[in-house]
Amino acid sequence: MRRGYDGIVVAAPVTVPYERYSVHGAHHWLGRALHGLLQAAHLTSQDLDGLCVSSFTLGSDTAVGLTQHFGLSPRWLDHIPMGGACGIVALRRAARAVQAGDADIVACVAGDTNAPDSFRATVAGFSRFTIDAALPYGAGGPNAAFALLTDAYMRATGARREDFGRIAVSQRANASGFPHALLRAPLSLDQYLSARMVADPLALFDCVMPCAGAEGVLVMQEATAKNLGLAYVHLRSAIERHNAFPDDPIQLRGGWAMDRDDLYAMAATSPDQIGLLQTYDDYPVIVMLQLEGLGFCGQGEAPDFVRAHDLRTTGDFPHNSSGGQLSGGQAGAAGGYLGLTDAVRQLTGAALGPQIPGLQRALVSGFGMINYDRGLCSGAVILEAA
Amino acid sequence: MIRRPGNPTILPAAPLAPPAVRSRAARGLAVAAAQGRFALQVCAACGRTQYPPRDACVACLGAQLDWRDVPNGGVLTAATIVRISTDPYFRQHTPWRMGSVRLDCGVDAMAHVHGKCRPGARVRMALKLDKAGQGVMLALPEADANPMQSDPKLREFTCDPAGRRVLVTDGRTAFGQAAARALIAAGAEVFLGIAAAWNPFPGQNDLPGTPIALDLTDGISVQNAAAAIAARTDIIVNTAGYFRPGAGDARAAMDASYFAASRLAQMFLPALRARAGDGTHPACAWVNMIGINGLVPDPGAPLASAVNAATLALVRALRPEMRPLKLINAFVGQLDDQWHQALPPPKTSPTQFAQAVVAALRNGDEEIAVGDLARHTLAQWYDNHAITLHA
Amino acid sequence: MSSLAAFAADLATGKLKIVDLTQTLSPDFPTIVLPPQFGQCAPFRMEVISRYDDAGPGWFWHNISVGEHTGTHFDAPVHWVTGKDLPNNTTDTLVVQNLIAPACVVDCSKDAANNGDYLLTVATLEAWEAKHGKIPAGNWVLFRSDWSKRQGAEYANVLEDGAHTPGPDAAAVQWLVDRGVLGFGVETIGTDAGQAHTFAPMYPAHTLMHGAGRYGLQCLCNLDQLPATGAMIVAAPLKILGGSGSPLRVLAIVPA
Repeated sequence: MRRGYDGIVVAAPVTVPYERYSVHGAHHWLGRALHGLLQAAHLTSQDLDGLCVSSFTLGSDTAVGLTQHFGLSPRWLDHIPMGGACGIVALRRAARAVQAGDADIVACVAGDTNAPDSFRATVAGFSRFTIDAALPYGAGGPNAAFALLTDAYMRATGARREDFGRIAVSQRANASGFPHALLRAPLSLDQYLSARMVADPLALFDCVMPCAGAEGVLVMQEATAKNLGLAYVHLRSAIERHNAFPDDPIQLRGGWAMDRDDLYAMAATSPDQIGLLQTYDDYPVIVMLQLEGLGFCGQGEAPDFVRAHDLRTTGDFPHNSSGGQLSGGQAGAAGGYLGLTDAVRQLTGAALGPQIPGLQRALVSGFGMINYDRGLCSGAVILEAA
Repeated sequence: MIRRPGNPTILPAAPLAPPAVRSRAARGLAVAAAQGRFALQVCAACGRTQYPPRDACVACLGAQLDWRDVPNGGVLTAATIVRISTDPYFRQHTPWRMGSVRLDCGVDAMAHVHGKCRPGARVRMALKLDKAGQGVMLALPEADANPMQSDPKLREFTCDPAGRRVLVTDGRTAFGQAAARALIAAGAEVFLGIAAAWNPFPGQNDLPGTPIALDLTDGISVQNAAAAIAARTDIIVNTAGYFRPGAGDARAAMDASYFAASRLAQMFLPALRARAGDGTHPACAWVNMIGINGLVPDPGAPLASAVNAATLALVRALRPEMRPLKLINAFVGQLDDQWHQALPPPKTSPTQFAQAVVAALRNGDEEIAVGDLARHTLAQWYDNHAITLHA
Repeated sequence: MSSLAAFAADLATGKLKIVDLTQTLSPDFPTIVLPPQFGQCAPFRMEVISRYDDAGPGWFWHNISVGEHTGTHFDAPVHWVTGKDLPNNTTDTLVVQNLIAPACVVDCSKDAANNGDYLLTVATLEAWEAKHGKIPAGNWVLFRSDWSKRQGAEYANVLEDGAHTPGPDAAAVQWLVDRGVLGFGVETIGTDAGQAHTFAPMYPAHTLMHGAGRYGLQCLCNLDQLPATGAMIVAAPLKILGGSGSPLRVLAIVPA
């Protein structure tokens, strides 16, 4: 049995409001996130002794360069290039650092800028396998990779486009109450189904909209949070896995299935005790893989699950309370933090939209890095209200 | 006369190529594709087939990964139609079908997918050169004799002469005449270059195609011919060159081969490249007949070896700049002509050459060897360049 | 008035006129074709060095390449093995006095213009002398065939057994040599007939003329503008070190 995260808390969730395109660089967005964290916690930059950064658009800079850029002198520093899993992995590592005394207050931030050509540039140079073996086949980017995955999933499970539509439509409903979401106009299932095709079977509302933005949280001991007068949540368990099930011909399951028993056992809980699920939702099919992989339903049963549940914040299975990336936009690596920051708000009673009443426990999941034909990183944390 | 309707007030489609950047390991796909082979890396230590190409074995981390022919069967796992692409070349060609294939040799490969392939069905894979000159995976129907013709999208990987206008540069030789005949039979319209028309030559009374004055040893003549037909030429098949055994006039030999190719490149290729993205039958290829002795020197033909090496180096050096045109080397051994009377077979005949050129254009190959001798020499070269140097 | 001053005055007043006997030097002008196992005469080639462009913003010029026996050209005695050991037999050692000389024009155009196998014979030369007087020593003899009015393949007239173009037979060449002529000039590609490889001796106009230290002029034109006698020929090849001949501009000065 792994050692727990007793006494480790997450506080000061910050979302720097997203913009479709930004004239500023990633440094600007990360700087604003850090500034927001310090303001929320009434700290100065000298009080931060740990920093963890994720970004795709820093150019040649890494977390090291940012210390000089931002005037920080941390004694613990990490850079986590894991896209949609970066929030989970950052929290997991920062928690251990604080637990071990290597740092007292760790700022975990992720952010990216977006210019009209940023997405193409990121796709074109994403990874060696992408360059060698994915990009030359139509250069459809992640849309194409997830189209293949969705195509295979539909034939394997009988999922229909309407099933994916339920996820997109319910998240748009959540976004209508979330002030930072870029797409807040109501979305109907008909609109979803009649949208133009992007990469069959994926249509416009299956795909996230790239944008600029940043997110961040602070990780510290519970006593520190109390001293600072901060609202906080407990980290109860965390898992991560990379390159799971490498011999599957196509990704019909993520790495969660390998580690979920650990996840629930550490937190001494079970799926039915989770009051809010925040999945990584770059495409609806990935939400289905998380529902299955995290044990909310059996393998291949997610289509039935979404038909049977109301996924809105106000529904019987609250899911992606901020509207997720499908409505909020995908601010690069910040997408890996989106579920985390809003889960902390919901658990501390500080929701920006509809508050889930009496929420005790949230599960936040991450998924990322289409290195070639599948997402390699998966992870999840269980957070508990104080 | 092949005519193509087009709107002259609209800018033609730009000559674009798909993404060309690859890791060094992945360039091995082009090596296999250029030979028409289906080869992937196989670990020398544990036998595991690798894909995408790697620097260490995915199963045992062995570093010796040899390119070996592997079974090309598989099952199409999933397919999609890319309708929105970030790449300018593919934006010209969307909607574009691609998919993922589980190969019988145990790897998963994204691939261009023939229109008749359905998910769940068996496919046969081929490696082809794309318009960037890189080796790419194609998933083709198992039962289709002419898969490269039966899906119009796959024309992007070929240079099918059907419906195209071809300049064959040297109609004075049996090789030029045979190539012209074969191309016409394959549906092309042929301009046949004739140098020094005042000087008679065999076959002059029964020439295929439309004769045009063209002397590749004369820059002015090439310029005049280019002015007349470069804007209407889709493929050039250059059969001029120097292929004789023994010693000779080196300057004249260089003029007839290297400089001839260089003049063609200067005066024709820019016009071809400008139309290499345009319409249903874009300009697509420059074929050069090159002695295999330019690749592996032949002690019996030192002059030809030197000048063919020069031409070969020129063609290969021009390739990146001339994409999306295909620059095809058609290697020939000893020609079946008067200059090689004293030498024993095998020799490359005009008919063999002509058929091989048509096949290469239809297949989209870029390095072909015509005849047993050239094939054998090319195989030796691929097997181990260094040994051929120390023959 | 000196004779030169009179000459200048006659040129200026048009009493004398200049006839250009030269074909334009161009890449597609036919050259002699030897059997393929032999070395070949290079055709004329021309490449731009600069044309008011980045290779030379204010000037225009070419590099040219050419064989010694390309286009309208001069044959020096060293061109043939029979003349290889004679004195003053190369383009740089020619006696310059010989480069301006009178010409007798033997007009055979009526019979030769449409007959590639026409041969100039002693009988024809004797008939010419009967009409115009004895051919003086030191004169060019120019053989008018009107073949310069042909072009391309018609001009070269190469058939399966080789070229068929008019020329002198061996006896006629020996007869001219014996008359002491300076050289023999023709409109066709060679001073010899196209089929002269079948004569005895082979190529008599080369073998006998050059063996006797005489010259040749080939690819002339406008011979129809010359009088039978009385034209002065200016034919000065390039002064090439040890050269066997050269392309040149051939001018005739004739009474108006």
